[in-house]
Amino acid sequence: MDTEASIHVAEPPLLGGNKTCAEVTRDVAAPLEGKPTGMWWVAFLAAVTVLALGVWSVWYQIATGIGTWGLNRTVGWGFDITNFVFWVGIGHAGTLISAVLLLFRQKWRTSINRSAEAMTIFAVICAGLYPVIHMGRPWLAYWVFPYPNFRGPLWVNWRSALLWDVFAIGTYFTISLVFWYVGLVPDLATLRDRARGLRKKVLGFFSLGWDGSARTWSRYEMACVLLASLATPLVVSVHSVVSTDFATSVVPGWHTTVLPPYFVIGAVFSGFAMVLMLMLIARRVMRFEHYITWGHIHAMCKILVFTGSIVGLAYATELFVAWYSGSPYEQFAFANRIFGPVGWSYAIMVLCNVVAPQLLWSRKVRNSIGWIFTITVLVNVGMWFERFVIIATSLQRDYLPSAWSGYAPTLVEIGALAGGFGLFFTLFLLFCRFLPMLSMFELKTVVRGETGHAPHAESEERRVA
Amino acid sequence: MSRVRHVGVFEREASLLGAIAESRERGLEIIDAYSPYPIHGIDELIGIRRSRLTLVCFFGGVVGLCLGLGFQYWTSAMDWPINVGGKPFDSLPAFVPVGFELTVLIGGLSTAFALAVRSRLWPGKRSRAIEGVTDDRFALVIARADASLASAELGALLERHGALRVWREVEE
Repeated sequence: MDTEASIHVAEPPLLGGNKTCAEVTRDVAAPLEGKPTGMWWVAFLAAVTVLALGVWSVWYQIATGIGTWGLNRTVGWGFDITNFVFWVGIGHAGTLISAVLLLFRQKWRTSINRSAEAMTIFAVICAGLYPVIHMGRPWLAYWVFPYPNFRGPLWVNWRSALLWDVFAIGTYFTISLVFWYVGLVPDLATLRDRARGLRKKVLGFFSLGWDGSARTWSRYEMACVLLASLATPLVVSVHSVVSTDFATSVVPGWHTTVLPPYFVIGAVFSGFAMVLMLMLIARRVMRFEHYITWGHIHAMCKILVFTGSIVGLAYATELFVAWYSGSPYEQFAFANRIFGPVGWSYAIMVLCNVVAPQLLWSRKVRNSIGWIFTITVLVNVGMWFERFVIIATSLQRDYLPSAWSGYAPTLVEIGALAGGFGLFFTLFLLFCRFLPMLSMFELKTVVRGETGHAPHAESEERRVA
Repeated sequence: MSRVRHVGVFEREASLLGAIAESRERGLEIIDAYSPYPIHGIDELIGIRRSRLTLVCFFGGVVGLCLGLGFQYWTSAMDWPINVGGKPFDSLPAFVPVGFELTVLIGGLSTAFALAVRSRLWPGKRSRAIEGVTDDRFALVIARADASLASAELGALLERHGALRVWREVEE
């Protein structure tokens, strides 16, 4: 062994409780093999109730017509597209944690990547529903695809940013699902080998006959790195494409080049807030305190402060460019956002997204679960309002004052907004109940280095030999 | 020809690596090793070639890109050109987003598919995992490459490295 390798840097452990591999399996599998707790049932019933409300709202809107919403000829996009952009953004943190942190070899991701990826998938499902509902005639949603038809065939318009969305979101959902499933296979095999009866059969079907062979692991790791390398530019492209829905139009306040990076960083920011919020709940409810440690919480807080500051910079840039452009329409659009009839939503956005995360500089705040939880909720509220500000207030007053109008959501729209959260939490709670929330095999690679279960130096020597 | 495979189950990763190193030294054939998590560096030790999935991914991506750009060009400039806002029929910059998405989509799907095919993983396949290797055990399967070592010595080798259980399997 050379001298360089013998330099030892003491790092704080990534996991608490000095776990062994067997304990990791047992702890992660425990919530799946026992009966659901009372708290799970309470949360699940609450989520399903909210989901039912959403289903009713959407049903009523589809059966009656889009007029049940508060949209009008001036403001054609309101809550629907706000919700769409919000949920797509939430999804981005999952991909970022699973793909980007994998490529950077950030070991701490192993405790949170599985649930963050699950969150991505559920968020994209929620996101995808809104544009479909918004079509008014969702049974014709397949018209967005270029398929051979008897109208010519008349093809889709490839120059439209809305069509790019279809491909971006579709690809994003598919690749995220594949990545998540590939990551699940070894853990499903672990559960399969513990299970009996029907459960064993079902898990056996989905675990693809996994046997932990070194040859398979070798290919498997390569496939994961490749999928991560594909997902990383993909995640940047998805929200950039979503931002072009706005940036390629001529509406003042939308027609700016800063929009793609602005949207991507906002997405990462809101997504991390959502991951952190869910993790704070999960570690309490599922008793995963040893796996999701203060180290994880603090790492995520740092990312929140960092991305929150960039979001603040983006807001400032937007204002500066509006002023510097010299265009009265552009300047008016921003004055209207801040001082106009719904100026309060701009204030909420700035307070929640720019000011709230800065509180994390204080040691007292970032060592308090209550404070962190409050900040994550505020960030989610703020990021929803950011999209609302961009979409609804820009449309309200553009070039032609005679066409100006207001926008207020109806109860049906609020129901559809709530329904999205209901769907998201219903899916997430089902995931917590039926699939391993933590990536067992990846945790075991971390455990291995920490408990002296198989000391590094020893295996290193063997390798040399 | 039937071949006798010797299986040893270990409690520790280091024991597994030790047994692999000695088996190699003695010129034994290492059929496979099993572990609950990927062990870095085991590839070279066993002599697993670097996976060629990278190539699959690359060519999948190229196919996706060509398909994406080609199809967009064909539909908007050849099959039924429509004047949209006076833009050219072959508006390549506008075709980039969809071209990129299809690159990623087909590249990613072909990688996952190739992984499944090469590793013989399919839904519903009956698992023949050695007990414990998906939890916290490690296993090594070795065989005699030639007659230099008596069969009994293989079992002894595995036990010397701390194998908890050792057994033989006759391969058809």
